[in-house]
Amino acid sequence: MSFSNLDTLYRQVIMDHYKNPRNRGQIEGDSLTIDMNNPTCGDRIQLQMQVENGIVKDAKFEGEGCSISMSSASMMTQAIKGKSLEQAVKMSRAFSEMMLGNEIDTEELDMGDIEALQGVSKFPARIKCATLAWKAMEKGALED
Amino acid sequence: MDVKAIKEQFPILNQEVNGHPLVYLDSSATSQKPLSVIEAVNTYYREDNSNVHRGVHTLGTRATDKYEGAREKVRAFINASSAAEIIFTRGTTTAINLVASSYGRANLKPGDEIVITPMEHHSNIIPWQQAAKATGATLKYIPLQSDGTITLEAVRETVTANTKIVAMTQVSNVLGTINPIKEVTKIAHEQGAVMVVDGAQGAPHLMVDVADLDCDFYAFSGHKMCAPTGIGVLYGKRELLENMEPIEFGGEMIDFVNLYDSTWKELPWKFEGGTPIIAGAIGLAAAIDFLNEIGHENILDHEQKLADYAMEQLRTIDGISIYGPEKRAGLVTFNLDDVHPHDTATALDAEGIAVRAGHHCAQPLMKWLDVTATARASFYLYNTEEDIDRLVEGLLKTKEYFGNVF
Repeated sequence: MSFSNLDTLYRQVIMDHYKNPRNRGQIEGDSLTIDMNNPTCGDRIQLQMQVENGIVKDAKFEGEGCSISMSSASMMTQAIKGKSLEQAVKMSRAFSEMMLGNEIDTEELDMGDIEALQGVSKFPARIKCATLAWKAMEKGALED
Repeated sequence: MDVKAIKEQFPILNQEVNGHPLVYLDSSATSQKPLSVIEAVNTYYREDNSNVHRGVHTLGTRATDKYEGAREKVRAFINASSAAEIIFTRGTTTAINLVASSYGRANLKPGDEIVITPMEHHSNIIPWQQAAKATGATLKYIPLQSDGTITLEAVRETVTANTKIVAMTQVSNVLGTINPIKEVTKIAHEQGAVMVVDGAQGAPHLMVDVADLDCDFYAFSGHKMCAPTGIGVLYGKRELLENMEPIEFGGEMIDFVNLYDSTWKELPWKFEGGTPIIAGAIGLAAAIDFLNEIGHENILDHEQKLADYAMEQLRTIDGISIYGPEKRAGLVTFNLDDVHPHDTATALDAEGIAVRAGHHCAQPLMKWLDVTATARASFYLYNTEEDIDRLVEGLLKTKEYFGNVF
């Protein structure tokens, strides 16, 4: 492996989400707020979700971390907006499967750019970076 | 010092990682193990394995002799006055916890102070937080200078007549700062406090002389100094250890056991409940022999040269931030502008270069540095200037790669 193999991990779309994060910021008014960190590396995320009748009306995040954790949060918030929490949790499970290297149908689940993170499964040390935002979302779904 | 010959003693270093010869720059996390250590552990399990201090049979005697022989080797290594002052533990963390839980809880009361620094590893912070909470004592920090060092004036201002314990790392695992332990110990003693030294990053690199330092406790780990994981040492002054209660109870550590009461063995065994880490202690003894043969002064000198060279070379990279003082132990902590350290470490790994990225178990220090994480390259006796050249080359490529994809 050399630097060209890094392209498997750092796809253009990931870098775009890292550089221009979608839904970064805070929701004004009532929302579910979940703080989560990755104690082994120091990455942290605060996820806010505005949920009405089981539907995620809005989702925003703030935090600090590497390109993988932050781009994953950006893509995740994009993917779950307008979906039911139930559907969002289903996506999260599918994402975990993808991190294990298993094929999933991202189109059927309407997961947007998420597929770009598939390459993370080849870098086991970085899987936790990618799943941080999803874990926060699942925790929020349980609390709701 | 013949680094090439030394490197040949470490079989793990002779491999390719991701298609490149491995450059291991993470010895501050754990060092690699030389053949003599691997063989010592192997021989013990193949020929001598038995429980210690109980068997009448031959293997039991051999295992006991080797285990207690290791204790004597450690005593000489740090110049303690008696082997009774050498307690085998699982590592530095367990050793510091023993002091905090036993000595700390028995001797602290509300109004008393424990003094530490912001550059401590979590293992020299949390045991004291817990001891403070349990006893009502106050935890205080000696402020750092902007370059990540402490001054003796700051120590004198922080350590007061109410201070009962001063705990400090000998070498910072992030900044590389080498603390003036002997002088701080003197100040602690003048105020009637005991001095606890975290030697995890000290013992592998510096000449440790506990008699000269005059510290009351000194804790270190085997695995950072060529020995196996799972073995560490707590040195304590005999008169203190004599008056301390064990924190683990069970086999090995008892004298007489009655139905409702028991008495403890003498030092050091009263602190070694359960079957001890026999193979680990034997491996540690082999590691001490290995390091002694090369000579601590030679090792320190080599690491110092590598640290100087690394600082000089890394500084040539545009957009690099280096943390810590000019005079430092053999490690460099840094960040590249606009590249998160995890991404740096992944990119370097693709080139076969192993560095650490993260908060290095020093979250309060990260806060002080105003960063969430950093990358760290750390050196040991088997590293070379070529390793540092490879690191610099890898970092330049990393910068270019992330510069382009962004």
